[in-house]
Amino acid sequence: MTAFLVVLVIILFGVAALQMSKIFKMSRGKQTDTSEIADDKDNNINGYLMLGLVLFTYLLLIVCFWKWGDVLLPKAASEHGTGIDNLMLVSMILIFIVGFFTLWLLSYFAFKYRGKTGQRATFFADNDKLEFIWTIIPVIVLAGLIIYGLFTWTDIMNIDTEDDPMVVELYAYQFDWRARYGGNDNTLGEANVRLIEGVNQLGVDASDPNAQDDIVVNELHLPVGRKVIFKMRSQDVLHSAYMPHFRAQMNCVPGMITQFAFTPTITTAEMRQDEEVVAKVQKINELRREKSAALAAKGEEALEPYEFDYLLLCNKICGTNHYNMQMKIVVETQEEYDAWIAQQATIAEALKQ
Amino acid sequence: MSAHAHDHAVDHHDDHGHHHKETFITKYIFSQDHKMISKQYLITGLFMGIIGIAMSLLFRLQLAWPDKEFTIYEVLLGKWGEGGVMDPSVYLALVTIHGTIMVFFVLTAGLSGTFSNLLIPLQIGARDMASGFLNMVSYWLFFLSSVIMVLSLFVEAGPASAGWTIYPPLSALPQAIPGSGAGMTLWLVSMAIFIASSLLGSLNYIVTVINLRTKGMSMTRLPLTIWAFFVTAIIGVVSFPVLLSAALMLIMDRSFGTSFFLSDIYIAGEVLHNQGGSPVLFEHLFWFLGHPEVYIVILPAMGMVSEIMATNARKPIFGYRAMVASILAIAFLSTIVWGHHMFISGMNPFLGSVFTFTTLLIAIPSAVKSFNWITTLWRGNLQMNTGMLFSIGFVSTFITGGLTGIILGDSALDINVHDTYFVVAHFHLVMGISALYGLFAGVYHWFPKMFEGRMLNKKLGYVHFWVTVIGAYGVFFPMHFIGMAGLPRRYYTNTNFPYFDDLADVNVVISIFAFITAAAQVVFLYNFIHSMFYGKKGPKNPWNATTLEWTAEVKHIHGNWDGPIPEVHRWAYDYSKLNKDETDYVIPGQDFVPQHIPMQEHEEEMHH
Repeated sequence: MTAFLVVLVIILFGVAALQMSKIFKMSRGKQTDTSEIADDKDNNINGYLMLGLVLFTYLLLIVCFWKWGDVLLPKAASEHGTGIDNLMLVSMILIFIVGFFTLWLLSYFAFKYRGKTGQRATFFADNDKLEFIWTIIPVIVLAGLIIYGLFTWTDIMNIDTEDDPMVVELYAYQFDWRARYGGNDNTLGEANVRLIEGVNQLGVDASDPNAQDDIVVNELHLPVGRKVIFKMRSQDVLHSAYMPHFRAQMNCVPGMITQFAFTPTITTAEMRQDEEVVAKVQKINELRREKSAALAAKGEEALEPYEFDYLLLCNKICGTNHYNMQMKIVVETQEEYDAWIAQQATIAEALKQ
Repeated sequence: MSAHAHDHAVDHHDDHGHHHKETFITKYIFSQDHKMISKQYLITGLFMGIIGIAMSLLFRLQLAWPDKEFTIYEVLLGKWGEGGVMDPSVYLALVTIHGTIMVFFVLTAGLSGTFSNLLIPLQIGARDMASGFLNMVSYWLFFLSSVIMVLSLFVEAGPASAGWTIYPPLSALPQAIPGSGAGMTLWLVSMAIFIASSLLGSLNYIVTVINLRTKGMSMTRLPLTIWAFFVTAIIGVVSFPVLLSAALMLIMDRSFGTSFFLSDIYIAGEVLHNQGGSPVLFEHLFWFLGHPEVYIVILPAMGMVSEIMATNARKPIFGYRAMVASILAIAFLSTIVWGHHMFISGMNPFLGSVFTFTTLLIAIPSAVKSFNWITTLWRGNLQMNTGMLFSIGFVSTFITGGLTGIILGDSALDINVHDTYFVVAHFHLVMGISALYGLFAGVYHWFPKMFEGRMLNKKLGYVHFWVTVIGAYGVFFPMHFIGMAGLPRRYYTNTNFPYFDDLADVNVVISIFAFITAAAQVVFLYNFIHSMFYGKKGPKNPWNATTLEWTAEVKHIHGNWDGPIPEVHRWAYDYSKLNKDETDYVIPGQDFVPQHIPMQEHEEEMHH
């Protein structure tokens, strides 16, 4: 009841204040008021602040690089990835140059020509020469960038099967991955979701002779230096096979087979020795130690130390557990790979059990 | 045609006295007056904006502190926030509805709906829209779709959660995600109504601009705002029906067993009967609207920024013809670039090459526009009103956000940044924040026109601008870095990947900036609501602008002008034009010549 009264009093007080201010307003009569329009003082302050804005953007960028420059992906671990990284570098340099100058001009002009009473603006409506220049320069620069980009793209996407690449199927489902190797014949057997039954989780056609030696695993092993063609399938919804360290990504689409090919160039063991990666892992492990200490204080289980591994992530929203759909990728020498694959069961063996 | 409009105007004037028998309902609710409808759009849009931004704060809280418990989740999300822990499926629902609301309900309806309605009749010199009735229907359909969208938040299994792009099969199968049940149905119904609303509005805008211009208002004398609204409406008419067809087919797939987008699916332990459809087809249809949509959002902002910048720089907009040409070029190109959202969708790589080519071409008109805006500032006499500040802010974010488009539009580079936070940072800056700045610039500039001469408080406006501009960069600059680190978007938490552990503090910084930026919007809301009732009444033409809306009556009357509609004698940008011997302005002591003032003796028509 008291609460109700308090609320009522507040409301009534508000209404009273409202009415008072209305009366006060009306008593002042009708007049126009220019105080909400910027005056010289406002122009001056905001002009200086505009200069501050561009300095802030520069500073922010520098701080970001200084503080978080080390979170960026390490060097590409695939052949084509180096090409992408170079193109990225060229584009980034271009962007930084253009951004640096245009933002500077924008803010500097805003500062320099801030309004003052009596200052006269220049009536400058058109200049064909200027406009031609800043149309043609982007045209030329972009033409170069487009051609460079298209060459890179075509190189990556036109998959050349002459050099006998290894065929691997990446199979996505809510919320995990499977990889299927072609086996000794390096050919994948036919498969369809309608054939999914029991251990035949990928719906492989057991009667297809090509399928007999196929090998299904949940950890992707790749021999270094050999080209791999990935054939992607999805069992249910759209997924995207994202392998950031190899600069590789392709959607997995139910009802069709998509593909992407690359040649891994750095083994997992080598990558773990890479300076950047060592520093990154060290930083991560420090953070994990701090967190573990906090967890231990609460009596919870501590976090395990982290060791670098290549990753396959799902990068297309696919459902509730989208955030945890991953598979480990191991790049190793041919001998290590051969030893590993020899231990895996073929489909024929798996179905027999 | 303009002569006809003029006659019509005179008729209107004669029977003016009969117009005042309006009831509360016809004046404030089912109003057919474009000024009232514009306010209805704005206020509905702002309301939806509050919901959209509040949702983003909730998921930013989750992303920054994934291990912490917050009671606010339990308060706002109920069963999905039990014990202060956010449910992973409601996280996806939040990002989905945030995207939908911000793109369609705030930046399409709230921005283009508000200002097209307010400015088209006032700036071209018309008594009202071509069809006041259709205009009213358009608003109420928008209102209905907003209500349905908000209602969808309260269904048992939760609202749509397949991302704002609602790619099937995820959006088609309730087995795949709970939000694809009743929530998704309501989403689709709401969007279908929204599209109807948008089409009615757009057709009305097009007809009005073509037919109802006042005498002397040739197309080349139109303010750039009108050009932008006009072209935006055309893009809307071309592309929105395609989204409607996609939505209808999705409804069929969901409810009537068709297989437009579904094929070979095994889910929840059984094989579905669907065969032969393709999710890639949906992506094509969706992005055929979806990409023009970002221009539907940004073009009106560009038009308003051009206008506000010229007015406050006391200078003509630089390169009027180039500005119009680039609007047209952007509009044309916008309809042939949709494939750049699908480089790695499995479509033919050759198509990827084509779309890279057309996409990077868009950079050319965009660059021309940016350079022209910068040149408009050069040697001006800049009046730093809040609208002007937001206009400059717009150019700044348009540049920083637009430049990263060069990376994303390049198919080869897109492979590795596709669907990472790099994309999120890019589009938020270039279309989200920029368009919001356009919206704010418009609100600050035309507030006196909307609320009968009342002005927004400038000091609060300055606080709003400066906190927002710093905060927005603080949110989206670091976001590029976590994207380049390979972090996928739409992850509920990154803690399952120790590899991303070093990104946790970046996410904290981003979230803190997000909260600061949101707090600045509260200042704006207060300023808006307070000034609506108690704002100081400024002069009739507070910014000394040349366009016709400032010659209309300050008090809102049906028909806009009490007397005859003014005739137009010049283009909209005669700011600081000097007389022949360059001793003084054309009109002595006044640095602008409104459009309705006839050419003075010895005055040289420098334009049109």
